Formats: sequence, C-alpha cells, structure tokens
Amino acid sequence: MKPTLAVFKFASCDGCQLSILDAEDHIMSIAGAIDIVEFAEATTRREPPPYTVGLVEGSITTPHDALRIREIREQCQILVTIGACATSGGIQALRNAADVDEFAAQVYASPEYLDVLATSTPISDHVRVDYALYGCPVSIDQLVDLVTALLAGRRPYIPEHSVCIECKQRGSTCLLVAPGIPCLGPVTRAGCGAICPAFGRGCYGCFGPSPHPNVAGLLTAWEAAGADRADLAEALRAFTVGAPEFAEAARDL
Amino acid sequence: MTSDTRRIGVEYITRVEGEGWLKVAIRDGKVSECNFGIFEPPRFFEAFMRGRKFTEAPDITARICGICPVAYQVSSVQAMEMVCGVTIDPVVDELRTLIYCGEWIESHTLHMYLLHAPDFLGYESGIALAADHPDEVGRGLRLKQTGNAIVAALGGREIHPVGLRVGGYHRVPTRNELAPLIPRLEQARDDAIQTVDWVATLPMPEANRDDEYVALAADDHYAIHHGRIRSTRGLDIAVEEWNDHFAEEHVERSTALHSHLKERGMYQVGPTARFNLSEELLRPVALEAAHRNGLTAPCTNPFKSIVVRAVETLHAVDLALDILDRYQRPAHPYVPVTPTAGVGHGASEAPRGLLYHRYEIDSEGRVKTAQIVPPTAQNQASIEADLLHLVERNLELSDADLQHLLEQSIRNYDPCISCSAHFLHVEVDRA
Repeated sequence: MKPTLAVFKFASCDGCQLSILDAEDHIMSIAGAIDIVEFAEATTRREPPPYTVGLVEGSITTPHDALRIREIREQCQILVTIGACATSGGIQALRNAADVDEFAAQVYASPEYLDVLATSTPISDHVRVDYALYGCPVSIDQLVDLVTALLAGRRPYIPEHSVCIECKQRGSTCLLVAPGIPCLGPVTRAGCGAICPAFGRGCYGCFGPSPHPNVAGLLTAWEAAGADRADLAEALRAFTVGAPEFAEAARDL
Repeated sequence: MTSDTRRIGVEYITRVEGEGWLKVAIRDGKVSECNFGIFEPPRFFEAFMRGRKFTEAPDITARICGICPVAYQVSSVQAMEMVCGVTIDPVVDELRTLIYCGEWIESHTLHMYLLHAPDFLGYESGIALAADHPDEVGRGLRLKQTGNAIVAALGGREIHPVGLRVGGYHRVPTRNELAPLIPRLEQARDDAIQTVDWVATLPMPEANRDDEYVALAADDHYAIHHGRIRSTRGLDIAVEEWNDHFAEEHVERSTALHSHLKERGMYQVGPTARFNLSEELLRPVALEAAHRNGLTAPCTNPFKSIVVRAVETLHAVDLALDILDRYQRPAHPYVPVTPTAGVGHGASEAPRGLLYHRYEIDSEGRVKTAQIVPPTAQNQASIEADLLHLVERNLELSDADLQHLLEQSIRNYDPCISCSAHFLHVEVDRA
C-alpha cells in the first residue's frame, strides 16, 4: 500500500498549502508515489485516518483548534509543520502581546459571536512535532525534499545557517556592511534564497530565527546603519513574532 | 418527499481556500433557511496594523491571502501613495500591472483546472482529473507556472513576493532578465486560447440570476488597479467614496464581515462583474475568444464564471506580452515617499474581485486605522442568493446530488475564505 499524505489547515493564509500545488513539476510524480487522501483545498476526497504523513499549516487560535490538533496528532505517523504560522504562530501572534478582546472589538461589531483564544501559538506548543519547515511561505524546494526524504526513509534537509550564507552564495553585496541598510539576515534562518537583499532591501525575517541568533551583535550593526533598538525590536516583532528567540530578544532590547 | 425528515451533513466544502459551511433547511417544499457561513479563525489584521509603519502595509497585508498576495500589496501601496501625495513612474506602474497579470494567470488557472473543472466533469480533484485528462491538466499546470514565473521575476518568489514597495518597486528588472518570459507567454497565449475553448464545452447548469455587478472600471482599459468603482446599476464613484456607498455588517454565522451597498443591498464582485462592466475593453484576442464561445455581457449565469476566468487569463497573457514588448528599464525603481498625515484609499481587482483598503496614518507614518474589504466578504450575500435560487429549483434532487450542485455553486465564486476572515460544512435539513 502506498503511504498516505494528509494536509491540515489552521489559522493561516493558505500560502504554504498552495506551495504544494505550486510544485507543479513535481506534484504529479509525488502524486504517483504517495496517496494524497486529505487536502481540503485541493480535493473533495476524504479518507479516514490513520495517515502516514500529516502536513500542518497554520497556528492555534481557537479552543476548537486546540482540540483538533490533538486528534490530528493521533492520526498521523509523522507530523510536519509547514510555515511561519505553524512553527511560530505567524503574524497573527502579534495579538499575544495585546488585548485580544480589544482587537476583536476593533474589527468586529459583535465580538461576542467569536470564540477565540487570547494567543496564536505554534503547533509544537500543543503536540509533538516530528519535523518543521520554516518560512512565510515555505520553500517549494524544501517541501519537495521533505516529501521525497520521508518516502526514501531519510531525514529531510532543513538549513541551520543564516540568510547571510545564501547571500554569499548568491553573490549579493552585504546591505548592512556596504550601503548600510538594516537587515535581519544575520539572525534569520536560511531557506528563501536571500531574495530580499537581492532586491536591495533588508531581510524582514520571514523564515524566523536561525539557531542561536546574535541579536546583541546585530544591534551594533543596525546602529551603525542609522537604526535604533526600537527599530530592531519592531522588526523582530513581525512575521515570526511568536518564535521565542525573537520575542525574547525584542523584549530585552 | 418534502415533509420527510431528511438531513445532509457535509462537514467541509472542499476546493476553496479557507474554511466555511453551508446550511439549508427545507420545510414543506419551501426553503426556510439558506446560510453560507465562514468559520475561518479571525486573525485581526486591521487591529494589529495599528501602530505599524506605513511602509510595512504591503508585506503584512499580503499575509491575509497566500493566493492573491499581489492584490493586497497593490491595493495597500496605492492607498499609502494616495495619503502621501506620490505619483509613481508610469513604467514602474506598468510593472505593477504585469505582476498583477501574473497573479490573475496563476490564480485563475489554479481555480479552473485544479479546483473547479473537476466539478463539471465529476472528479474529486485536479489530480484525479489529470489521470484521465493528462493533456488538459498538463496545459493548465504549464499556464499556471507561467503566471508564477511572472510573479517570481518581479517579486523574487511566487507567494508573498518581496518586490513591491510604497513608491514603486524595491528593484526593477532589466529587459534581459524579463526576456525569458516572452517565449513562455507566447506558449501561454496558445494554452489560454485552448483553455477558453475547453471550459466553454463543460456541461453548464442554467442558473441565471440577475445581480448588481460591481468592479473597478476605466474608460480606456480593462481595469485591474486603476479606475472608478462602477456597477451595472449605475453606481459610478471614486475609490475614496467607498464608505459613503458600502457598509459592512457582522453576522453571527460568520467570521467574515458581510458587505452591502447602502442604497440597494446585495451585489457581487469578481471576473463576471469585470466582464459585465468592461467586456469591450478586453484585448481583441480575448474578446474574440469569448464571442466565439457564445459569451457576451451581461453574463448572469454564475456557473459561466469559469469561462470568464479563461477569457481573463487570455487577456492577462496578451497584456503581459504587450507590456514586455514595450518595456524599457526605468532609471529609478521607486520615488522616495515622505509620510504625510491623512487618509488614503486603494482598490484593485484581485482575481476573485474588488479589494478595497483604507488607511489613516500620522505624520510619522504610523498607521492609525486600517480597513480592508476583501472580495469574498462582498460576495457572501450573492453566494447565498444563488444557493437559495438553486435549492428552490432543484428540490427533486437527491440530497447527495443537491449537495454537489450547491458546493459547485459556491466554487463559482472562487471564494477565498482565508481572505474574508475570514471548506464548507453543508447541511441540508428537510425536517
């Protein structure tokens, strides 16, 4: 029997799931090797669990979703979180430092209709996660590698270095050192291919913190580029604000 | 059969972006309730945008929707440019049209081939469709890839591209960098023509229901991101007059706000609305393909939206080729923008319809208030009206067939439910 793949969505923009469909060159061959049995965005087919691999997009923001992820964990042999929402809570984790009731009242006329949690949290705060793909959105190459690795029974390759390495590989000029443009690349996990610096703009950290980010060291470089602590703290409080390394560094700045 | 106790429950409506449900109650042969709800968990973008830098709006609001990030980026940068009184270089503006064409191509093609065509042909998914129709689905994937390639060429990646900024682009490509797109778009033009001819042959339920169609419209081109907001019933306003004419309402069943026209109530946005308002302004190759297949304005059968999407895809491919043909790299990718206190409005035609943004910023460039009205929120009332119309005329169908028809009808709108809250739970109750 072919291994089965299920895709689940929580609070998110659907972009990471769409990356699965964007892997056009590979999707048909993947579809031949693995049976996609649950992928609401793409198919009406729904097969009962268990599933070999579960890909989870999105963060936990409602009491119902906090229960649903526990059921899904039970149903999946290997659970993989895909993207910034699932791995760090996403941009919607900006609510975590705010008053969610005030947020709700700001957007909705009748907040009492809503049943939401005060926080947006990553999947790993709720259940055990086997692998995580970072990024807002995830890299298509990493997604294809992940599925092929799991099919081959090897570990997927997930970069542990920072965006700086990808900038060097790409031959881009260092924005922090040369023109003096604030950039989060030195503390951000690689995976995007260092696209922002190639466009002449600083990295905005959408792949989240690289392991052991040196934010204090980065502050020195930002100050030399004319930015201050508040600017750096604000930049860290964005697409992966819920990642502890960024949240704590921003608080301490 | 009308007074039997029958109940159909479908927990999710599939092949839409986001999560939703549908509930239909039938009493004594009459529909007593027909509600389309959205239970996508709210993410409160308009709340957390407050206090952020005005320059962050395009990157942050893009995250509302991974399917149409360019629409969010363009509507937001245009709003900020209005506040700050900035006019961008016309060539840079054309590059915004070009990246928008890429988004129309990839989003429309995704919807037609992978999400919607399977309905008409009785398949569970595009992947299942591909097993029996490999040439058609292969053509769709090739077309979609070309749309993605345009977005990636101008924005670095397909989803949440990073090229756009308030004042223009962070970087604009050289002519040589864009040149590889040209042969791909020439192939795409053939593929798009064949797509129109193919989707026009799909078995089409008759479900004509006249509605008020609202879209951005211009006198001299098929509007994508410039124009006035017009309707088929005489509305003709500047973008900044939005709140004088439209209102949003919060209903219990949905985490998406429902929009309506203050004067007249329900209306719809999307490809059919654009086509009904601007048919004659399509690129000639697209207009010819529409007419060859019997599609003329006004189109009031929502199931034909798939044909309109194909026509618009062809339009976008042809327009992209035209822009590339004329392109000369501008000297400056952007004009510097100094924040000015005030209010700005931005509207553009996301693949699934009109997307309106309004921001108030202070003199430091901090966002004071944000208002974002996505297309699916505007279409909710029309989606419900279509469902009611279909249920009333198809009571004799079995629950399973009725449910299939209703799900297909919802997919006519290519609803992007993530945007609006904001899969569908279908419940037919014939108690």
